[in-house]
Amino acid sequence: MAEKKIMLGNEAIARGAYEAGVKVSAAYPGTPSTEISENVVKYEEIYAEWSPNEKVAMEVAIGASISGVRAMASMKHVGVNVASDPLYTASYTGVNGGLVLVAADDPGLYSSQNEQDTRCVARAAQVPVLEPSDSQEAKDFMKFAFTLSEKYDTPVILRTTTRLSHSQGMVTLEEREEIPDKPYERNISKYVMMPGMAKARHVYVEERMEAMAEDGCGFPVNRAEYNDTSIGFITSGIPYQYVKEVFPDASVLKLGMVHPLPKKLIEEFASKVDKLYIFEELEPVMEEQVKAWGIRAVGKEIFTRQGEYSANMLRRALLPEGVEADAPAQVPARPPILCPGCPHRSVFSVLNKLKIHAAGDIGCYTLGAVAPLSVIDTTICMGASISSLHGMEKAKGRDYIKNWVAVIGDSTFMHTGVNSLMNMVYNQGTGTVMIVDNSTTGMTGHQDHAATGKTLKGEVVPAISIYKFCKAIGIEHVVEVNAFDLKELEKVIKEETARDEVSVIITKSPCVLLKGNVFPDKCVPVPEKCKKCGACLRPGCPALTKNEDGTISIDETMCNGCGLCMQLCPFGAIEKQPK
Amino acid sequence: MTTKSIMIVGVGGQGTLLTSRILGGITNEAGYDVKLSEVHGMAQRGGSVVTFVRYGDQVAEPIVEEGQADVLIAFERLEALRYAHFLKKDGVLIINDWKIEPITVVTGTAQYPEDIIENLGRTHKVYTINAMEEAMKLGNPKAFNVIVLGMAARHMDFTKEDWLKTIEQTVPPKTIEINKQAFLVGYGR
Repeated sequence: MAEKKIMLGNEAIARGAYEAGVKVSAAYPGTPSTEISENVVKYEEIYAEWSPNEKVAMEVAIGASISGVRAMASMKHVGVNVASDPLYTASYTGVNGGLVLVAADDPGLYSSQNEQDTRCVARAAQVPVLEPSDSQEAKDFMKFAFTLSEKYDTPVILRTTTRLSHSQGMVTLEEREEIPDKPYERNISKYVMMPGMAKARHVYVEERMEAMAEDGCGFPVNRAEYNDTSIGFITSGIPYQYVKEVFPDASVLKLGMVHPLPKKLIEEFASKVDKLYIFEELEPVMEEQVKAWGIRAVGKEIFTRQGEYSANMLRRALLPEGVEADAPAQVPARPPILCPGCPHRSVFSVLNKLKIHAAGDIGCYTLGAVAPLSVIDTTICMGASISSLHGMEKAKGRDYIKNWVAVIGDSTFMHTGVNSLMNMVYNQGTGTVMIVDNSTTGMTGHQDHAATGKTLKGEVVPAISIYKFCKAIGIEHVVEVNAFDLKELEKVIKEETARDEVSVIITKSPCVLLKGNVFPDKCVPVPEKCKKCGACLRPGCPALTKNEDGTISIDETMCNGCGLCMQLCPFGAIEKQPK
Repeated sequence: MTTKSIMIVGVGGQGTLLTSRILGGITNEAGYDVKLSEVHGMAQRGGSVVTFVRYGDQVAEPIVEEGQADVLIAFERLEALRYAHFLKKDGVLIINDWKIEPITVVTGTAQYPEDIIENLGRTHKVYTINAMEEAMKLGNPKAFNVIVLGMAARHMDFTKEDWLKTIEQTVPPKTIEINKQAFLVGYGR
């Protein structure tokens, strides 16, 4: 009997890549896509890497494809923006070995800065999109994606969402198919996209998409399930499961390929059902097309473009009895916060004290925007801290940013921060950039990058020195500081922000959750010395609570022993004790 | 069998993912169709986290919604209150009698509600345990989540032996014994 295994959606995508004979995989971590690479790397047959950013990852996969092997890149939705430059043109060149981009959207914004829909990018880039509904399909569609890619000479996007990526379901495992490498032949009309060649390829792209729309009517991933025809749904992905949950007897057109749409199949389905609903998360991508064909359907009139869908949403919209449940209790929110012992908290406590504004970036340190740290003023996208600070200076003058810094993590700096810093040097900015270096990609769960000295495969390699990089591009004032040395930090920040030239402060201390990074002691309050001033509570460490009498307690199961609270106490009322 | 819906709620960092792995293992071993859904990423940093487990003959959606949970396992009191409306009318609520103040309470912008367990007990079937205290007695505070799971196990469809076997297969080898002990502490309540 074939082996069955319970698998995370992302694990199943990795398994699909393995079974499809993939040989090269490149990615940059980003929730909810990260576990794809973390599982791909377990298969020795696949070369897998963390690239510094998604554009690079996409190009690595494109190169591998041109050379004749099956290749993939994986990234979160906003990573697709970074990779869109190569993607749009790879759509024209097409492939040699199959090429799949796995794009993980995040409806409901579990861990993202926006809620964009990758299908819109795919439509603009004229690239087909497959969308699975569970872990089994995630694996199966991945394999189908490579078949499609080679048959129609196109990159294929496999779109997943947070719910699919981070849900587990049963998967039947199959053997890996060993795909022989395709021969490489020099073909500049296909692989050199200068205007003359690209014009011809654009014609091909249109033909390809039309052919796929036509052939898609017969693809097994597009499936009409006819039951009660008084009500019909066109749906795909995870929303399909909500439809099956609430309307097990309705007719459903389940589309596994959501771009290009199989027109004839949709027309036929629409003609057989009395009332047609289109149930798709985020943008009305299918709906707009279906309605443009003159088909009557109900979609975003009653279903939102925002957030994640659910079965209860369908019940409330379409069932007379609605949902039977108690009203939610009014309870205090519990937003995410920096961990106890996080070095970012220490850095932010100093910036807060000095009343310095920070142009922020993408990472755990974004949490420094909210009370009580309240340091980060802006968060846009990867790398934007440095360049947006530079823009502020150019708009308002150098004095305007004397009480500003850019705050960016080590992984984000390697991603795109380097470009912004080069710009600051080149265009004679005077900003101060704080690279909060915790030796990892923290928020996505500790992935290595070019400055950590380790690859995705676990090989030890020379770490790129951020310090030397900054020096090499001509920055004279580059200072490294221990992130927990409050006095030194304060001194350095004052000095560097006062300068009339670019300066970089690298604050160093590994992420407290990194394996092997354990402070030897724990922090313990000494109530008899406590003057109840609250200085220790100000940075908002979750291990500390205020007692009714004004003294404090430290939860020993939470305290990591970083000693920040101890440094902040002017009365010696917190001590370190061995754990 | 109609699909059974379990929820595990807690605070990021409390180890909800281990508990859901054990639940996934046992339902799978028993031959059910099973789907689990969990939260990764930013919310794990001390935020409110929730894991869904659904098992039965054939499971469609991977999440549990308001009014549908058969068993709600809460690793913290406030999180029990936050998600209690996800329970069915006759659903069972297992609460670890433990308090972790959210940052909104620490900074004084919100109050931690009083008498959560007493109030929930008026409208729901509630079972409580101070699993942190029990885990410290076992010498490993991290084992508290398996103690809570042990208590919840009484309200699911598997034998004690099934559970112990799954724990053996799921947790790291070094922690098998402590986790089995922890499970039995909860199961014995």
